[in-house]
Amino acid sequence: MNFDLTEERQMLQDSLRRFLSDRYTTSVRNEILEGESGYSADIWGQLAELGVIGALFSEEDGGFGGAGFDISTVFEELGRAGVVEPLLDTALLGGGLIAALGNDSQKELVEEVIGGAVQLAFAHGEPTSRYETSRVETTATVDGAEIILKGQKAVVVNAEAADHLIVSARESGDADSTDGISLFLVPRDTAGLSMRGYALLAGGRAAEVDLDGVRLPETARLGAAGGAYSAIADALARAEVALAAETLGAMETATELTRQYLLTRTQFGRPIGTFQALQHRVADLLIELEQARSAVINAAGHLEGDARLRDLNIAAARNLIGRAGRLVAEDSIQMHGGIAMTQEYELAHIAKRIVMAEHRFGDADTQLERFLDLSAA
Amino acid sequence: MDLSYTAEEQAFRQEVRSFLDEKLPKEMSDAVREGRGLGKEGHDRWHAILNEQGWLAPNWPQEFGGCGWNAVQRHIFEEECCRAHAPRIVPFGLSMLAPVLQKFGSKEQQDYYLPKILNGEHWWCQGYSEPGAGSDLASLKTKAVREGDHYIVNGQKTWTTLGQYANWIFCLVRTDPDAKQQEGISFLLIDMDTPGIEVRPIILLDGTHEVNEVWFTDVKVPVENLVGEENKGWTYAKYLLTHERTNIAGVGFSQAGLDAVKRLARSQMHKGRPLIENPYFAARVAQAEIDLMAMSTTNLRIISAAASGQAPGVESSMLKVKGTEIRQEINDMARRAAGVYAMPFASEAVEGGNEPPIGPEGTAPVAAQYFNNRKLSIFGGSNEIQKNIIAKVKMGGRA
Ligand SMILES: Cc1cc2nc3c(=O)[nH]c(=O)nc-3n(C[C@H](O)[C@H](O)[C@H](O)COP(=O)(O)OP(=O)(O)OC[C@H]3O[C@@H](n4cnc5c(N)ncnc54)[C@H](O)[C@@H]3O)c2cc1C
Repeated sequence: MNFDLTEERQMLQDSLRRFLSDRYTTSVRNEILEGESGYSADIWGQLAELGVIGALFSEEDGGFGGAGFDISTVFEELGRAGVVEPLLDTALLGGGLIAALGNDSQKELVEEVIGGAVQLAFAHGEPTSRYETSRVETTATVDGAEIILKGQKAVVVNAEAADHLIVSARESGDADSTDGISLFLVPRDTAGLSMRGYALLAGGRAAEVDLDGVRLPETARLGAAGGAYSAIADALARAEVALAAETLGAMETATELTRQYLLTRTQFGRPIGTFQALQHRVADLLIELEQARSAVINAAGHLEGDARLRDLNIAAARNLIGRAGRLVAEDSIQMHGGIAMTQEYELAHIAKRIVMAEHRFGDADTQLERFLDLSAA
Repeated sequence: MDLSYTAEEQAFRQEVRSFLDEKLPKEMSDAVREGRGLGKEGHDRWHAILNEQGWLAPNWPQEFGGCGWNAVQRHIFEEECCRAHAPRIVPFGLSMLAPVLQKFGSKEQQDYYLPKILNGEHWWCQGYSEPGAGSDLASLKTKAVREGDHYIVNGQKTWTTLGQYANWIFCLVRTDPDAKQQEGISFLLIDMDTPGIEVRPIILLDGTHEVNEVWFTDVKVPVENLVGEENKGWTYAKYLLTHERTNIAGVGFSQAGLDAVKRLARSQMHKGRPLIENPYFAARVAQAEIDLMAMSTTNLRIISAAASGQAPGVESSMLKVKGTEIRQEINDMARRAAGVYAMPFASEAVEGGNEPPIGPEGTAPVAAQYFNNRKLSIFGGSNEIQKNIIAKVKMGGRA
């Protein structure tokens, strides 16, 4: 056993951490939050230049990483700094799905993603699918040499900025069947595709996407008709490892901000960090943080292996982080008092990142249910 | 022991219910249910409706225009108001300042200020906290120096709730810098239109403008605006805090919140079935309901035991801690129930012009409310301070 990062990952971690602490300050980030587009094109370009996007893809796909620990290393740093740029959506989900299913000409997009030139969004979830990954009611009907998409996609993160949307639609099977789901590469300005965009509480933007008879050439399909589910499951597994690691990073920041604040804030003539009632709570957060770190290591370390074991470890990590994250977010705010309730304070944003991460791909309860299902399988 | 409401109490509940059916404007209850702000006009309008009925100040003695209700009646009133999604009564003038004036104010002050609280001419805000004086309120630094028949006030208050609507502020100020902390404090009533006062907004983490900073630069306040005696302000401040903690348990809010969670969970689907049927989620709801059933009785036990209707120290601290924990747990369940639709930023999702909010009914405000209500365990004496009070009383003396 060896729990050290490889030299390359260590370097990646160092340079990303340095870049974010220099350039992604609270005030820079707060400006991004107030901006129209939900992210900074400038920061995006620099992340690409640093190789952060490339680190999320394998050499075969034109990157230089792509393994579970590459993903967790990058996303932990993004989480520490409360980064709202859509790496998860454009690179891991969008780029990952094209890399997994695309033909050579479609795969040219992956290179552009790695270079930072293209934005993507994965339009998969639907208004009533909640966290169920195989429930797809949007339909894809073949009409001669064309395919017609009809349906609605919910809370599609990064949809407005995306050059292409990767849309899931059903070609056969029941509403929740894993068979029969296809993916389509849809340019955002395709006729029949409309969206209503909005800001997200924890930063970034999303949209409700309406597919009202969108006509595509058959060449827009990614991979075989009806056979996309296992690639979707793989991409979501990577995204969940990323999200768990990102939340871990945010939990580290929240705990550290709290520890520092308690050492400096005085009430009753002494630093509040000298009150044992608060000291014990900080100790609890530090304990939970180590648990969360191990859970992320378990999940990242199983990403390349057997799918059931992979998903079991992911469900475990996300359940644990859902619980521990809530504790860290709530207790950090509580121990700060009023100051943490203000929008511009760093912790407020970090706490929102932590809690709202639960709402992507399943909260602690959903992960617990999934863990039990997988345990029984 | 008898857990049932008497016939009179049931009749009273019916009376309250009919009043709310008839007089609570629908657009107002819709706004409350959907988590939208009412604005100053909305609050003023609701206060006027209650005032016309004579029900605006249930906790005031009858001689000042109160209702003469007992603790159980007040509880029923609260419960029915929450159930009907009535706006909450803004407490600063009615439940905080008024009891202080009734007990410690001069006859002139009572005659002048109390009617203006009832008729809405004065909107009060609470100027206690300062950047350096939160839990340790007695360390406050805003100072008032007497010059002839005025005090000159300099300093800064913060976290002033709805200060942007207020035209009056009651302040704790330091009048004797040399005395021991608690002994040099006075209680001043200040007209917010006085030159030298500046109100600056603080935006909270859910994007709302609910609190403010209030800055004082050489603000002239007539000496007749002093309540009680100079340097005795701490006594009045503490008296006020016990009133701030009436209805601290917030049972009515929790009940309404739990109903909303159930509504949401009936309409949200999980794997093709209503979420409410999912055993994991259902267990959370049941647990909160069990806690709330007990809390409701604890609350009634404590408030009916206290003749004054105000819960005494330790018990009121217990109600504050448990009551806010339950409310926050319910907020947490509501955001869970909303699933992915918790993610949109509510101020856009709810107030996006004339467009309907993003997501199914009831989902838009829940995440913002979850974050906003983190305040419940911070203000009104933080939950840690409440536990210190309980521990001091129960663990501080001999066995
Ligand atoms: C939304 C909101 C609205 C408010 N509205 C008003 C208002 O209208 N008027 C007004 O005057 N004030 C208002 N307040 C201020 C509120 O009363 C203070 O936030 C509160 O008193 C806590 O003070 P603080 O924020 O400075 O935290 P601090 O006092 O700095 O406390 C920080 C942390 O330390 C803990 N702590 C402090 N001392 C101890 C101790 N001895 N033992 C253990 N733990 C301790 C606290 O519990 C807290 O967790 C409002 C606050 C909020 C958040």
